[in-house]
Amino acid sequence: MATSSLRSDAPAAGADGAPALRAEGLTVAYRDKRVWQDANFEVEPGEFVAVIGPNGAGKTTLFRLLLGLQRPASGRLRLFGAPPRRGNPRIGYVPQRHTIDNDTHVAANALVQLGVSGTHWGPGWKAGRDRRSAAEALAAVDALELGTRPLSALSGGELQRIFLAEALVGRPDMLLLDEPLSNLDLRRTRELVEVVHRLVRARHVTTLLVAHDINPLIECLDKVIYIANGRVATGTPAEVLTSASLTELYGVPVEVLHDSRGNIVIVGGEDPHEREGR
Amino acid sequence: MTNSFSWNFVTDLRAMWQYEFMRNAFEAGTIIAIVAGLVGYLVVLRRSAFATHALGHVGFSGAAGAVLFGVNPVYGLLLFTTTGGTGMALLGKRASTRDIEIGTVLAFLLGVGLVFLSLYAGYATEAYSILFGEILGISDAGVLLTLEAGVVVLVALALMYRPLLFASLDEDVAEAKGLPTLALGLAFMLILAVAISFAVQVVGVLLIFALLVTPAAIAVRLTQRPRWAALVSVAVALLAVWLGLFLSWYEPYPVSFFIVTIAFVLYLLVRAAGFARQRLVARSDREPPSAAAAGPEST
Repeated sequence: MATSSLRSDAPAAGADGAPALRAEGLTVAYRDKRVWQDANFEVEPGEFVAVIGPNGAGKTTLFRLLLGLQRPASGRLRLFGAPPRRGNPRIGYVPQRHTIDNDTHVAANALVQLGVSGTHWGPGWKAGRDRRSAAEALAAVDALELGTRPLSALSGGELQRIFLAEALVGRPDMLLLDEPLSNLDLRRTRELVEVVHRLVRARHVTTLLVAHDINPLIECLDKVIYIANGRVATGTPAEVLTSASLTELYGVPVEVLHDSRGNIVIVGGEDPHEREGR
Repeated sequence: MTNSFSWNFVTDLRAMWQYEFMRNAFEAGTIIAIVAGLVGYLVVLRRSAFATHALGHVGFSGAAGAVLFGVNPVYGLLLFTTTGGTGMALLGKRASTRDIEIGTVLAFLLGVGLVFLSLYAGYATEAYSILFGEILGISDAGVLLTLEAGVVVLVALALMYRPLLFASLDEDVAEAKGLPTLALGLAFMLILAVAISFAVQVVGVLLIFALLVTPAAIAVRLTQRPRWAALVSVAVALLAVWLGLFLSWYEPYPVSFFIVTIAFVLYLLVRAAGFARQRLVARSDREPPSAAAAGPEST
């Protein structure tokens, strides 16, 4: 592992005492349809948070709010004490959907470099500094050797690390990762979670990660935001992932089961009709 | 025409450059190859090959209309391709997925172009040059106009190069970072429209692919670094145009035939080389590695 990735940066986030994230009575709608309502939660700087919930519950919608791509129907949302806005340099974002596939014959480090230079206009003759930033971000996710490979030749897990480096290259205070673990096998999932966890701790970067399955993450998490049934529950995994708390959230009996290795199975919550659409 | 070829290229070029139409052809061809090579790289990255093809066809009816009304065909081309390009950009993120809508409008516009041509009292040579290009007929004024358009495109590209590349590769992140992705898409389509309108002079609407897509398709298989790929794309386009013009001086076939053939042969060579290299790598992977093998896992 590169030593640079372990350098702990000064916690610029929250130096002013404001939480990384604060929602008060937050309600969001998508095309006149309420996605979820009256959410109240707080995330402290440097926390690693999983956003969990069934398909279409509004997990990505939360990210769209934070990115300033969508406005809340009502309520208040603050990021480091300020309202969300599009193009906020304090946020690094990895979307769920990418246009990159095995026809993208572009070197990986070119994409990572665009994470910092892609918003700059003009010819840009001095690319040296951007190239160094890209190399540093790649090293932080253990992907330095992937930099010169074309994106078209990378596996799913390798691509996710490149996207992570792309999000990281501008030294953000907050990372928003939308389903980075989907389509990865168990081993790659574990590897990626390890990389993200290390980043959160070493760089003190507040991280929200949308996932379907909480089990690969549960050891590392500080907090869970559970979105289901039009409502949002927040707390430590031990607080949120209980039969009582989820039964209240869903409004129908839900059981949280534990296996011998500490894995969690949630039974009864997922309404099949809720899986359709957004 | 029969001209004798010597192995002294300086003498050869000097001989052909004694004629104004050859000088003009080389000048205009050079400008167009540079523009087409650069724009083509973005076409390949954005997967806009179909849009390029479509805009060429849209341009046909514009050019035919201009001929009918006695206007320089390039103005008709510009009017129709920029209008068409704007429409496609506003259709949304992935114009390439709208191929049925675009194709429907396209067929109609080609029909309109046909009517324009049949109303035109002249001969079929006009249609022929729009469809297949007529670089040897370009005037001094035509070269100047091409130069002006080329400068506009190059300046626009220099200003927007990185945001455009970013929005082409990773649109959702670019949007979240505050880039105006819709406006960038529109700007790109306008740049593409101008590039096509002038490239039509060289290869015509039907062969537009050879200048605006093939050189870049070759380039991305030779280098993965964006700046180098853009340069290689320009180099390939230049090679095709220059060699095409050169050969047409000695052989009685149309310039555009030589240009598309050179581009095609280069493309075949690059693909064949890539394929051979893959086979070679696969074979060396199958052989047992000399160093200690690291377990049964192979990924």
